[in-house]
Amino acid sequence: MNRVIAFIPLIAFAAMAVYFWMGLRQDPSEIPSQLIDEAVPAFDLPAIEGFDQGLSHEDIQGEVVLLNFFGSWCPPCLIEHPMLMQIARSGTVPIYAIDWKDEPGAGAAWLERHGNPFIRIGDDQSGRTAIDFGVTGAPETFLIDRNGRVRYRHVGVITEEVWEDTLRPMVEALQRS
Amino acid sequence: MKKLLLALSTLALAAMAPGPDEIMEDPALEQRAMALYDQLRCVVCQSQSIGSSDAPLAVDMRSVVRERLLAGSSDGEVLGYMQERYGDYVLMRPPLQANTLLLWGMPLIFVLAGGLLAFRYIRSQAVEDETLSDADLKKAEALMKEEGLE
Repeated sequence: MNRVIAFIPLIAFAAMAVYFWMGLRQDPSEIPSQLIDEAVPAFDLPAIEGFDQGLSHEDIQGEVVLLNFFGSWCPPCLIEHPMLMQIARSGTVPIYAIDWKDEPGAGAAWLERHGNPFIRIGDDQSGRTAIDFGVTGAPETFLIDRNGRVRYRHVGVITEEVWEDTLRPMVEALQRS
Repeated sequence: MKKLLLALSTLALAAMAPGPDEIMEDPALEQRAMALYDQLRCVVCQSQSIGSSDAPLAVDMRSVVRERLLAGSSDGEVLGYMQERYGDYVLMRPPLQANTLLLWGMPLIFVLAGGLLAFRYIRSQAVEDETLSDADLKKAEALMKEEGLE
């Protein structure tokens, strides 16, 4: 009996070590989206400076689209940008965007310099639309189906791997259905 | 020295979130807003409330709280509004529900388990003290005789 008790701390330690090790492999900043399988929150944003068209939730109805939150102030967005350009060129899926809390004109200048992969862009100066989407940081990308429902959210940069292994298969499955 | 302290404390106050331009006109609403700031987690800074964070998103979330209060929402409705968007995670105090039962029950489980162990230990000690083996009893009797205590 005593011998068993002597091993309890070791067993408890082992259990905790496994649990904490699992915790270490999770990204604590990745909060699960509340929007999965929910309708896109209603929004109607003006155009960014230098563009004619803004973006509202009605503009992205009827087809499978990606909706990307970006900002010219966001370094990872710049890393992601070539991938978005490549997706846009491939014509697989239209990409819409919301310019999140950017200085007037900064978003347009950024797109001028690095290319514009977006069909339409909304200007979220107040950051209110981002909060409605539960966005915690840029870039963040939502995959929206034909019925205007959010099917997937990707937090962070869309790398070649993310696109090929996750987003593209989902996009194509939704387009077929 | 006093002046320096004063300067430092005003500096600390100035740097503190929420900023001075965020104060609501109605003191009752301001008080509720401050209480709500402390109950909502800043989703980009993990272990800070939006009341103690300077992150741009925390500033925006505070302004949403004020806007909701001005629109006449109750405290619960404001928390619900944020919870709808950011999930349970946004609440500093996790709600009591199926997936948090273990979290909330843990202190009780520890107290009960500890109490049980302590109880068993104390009882086992008491029993050991009371019963002397026959050999010990004889030894004690012999010793007492030796000392002339019997």
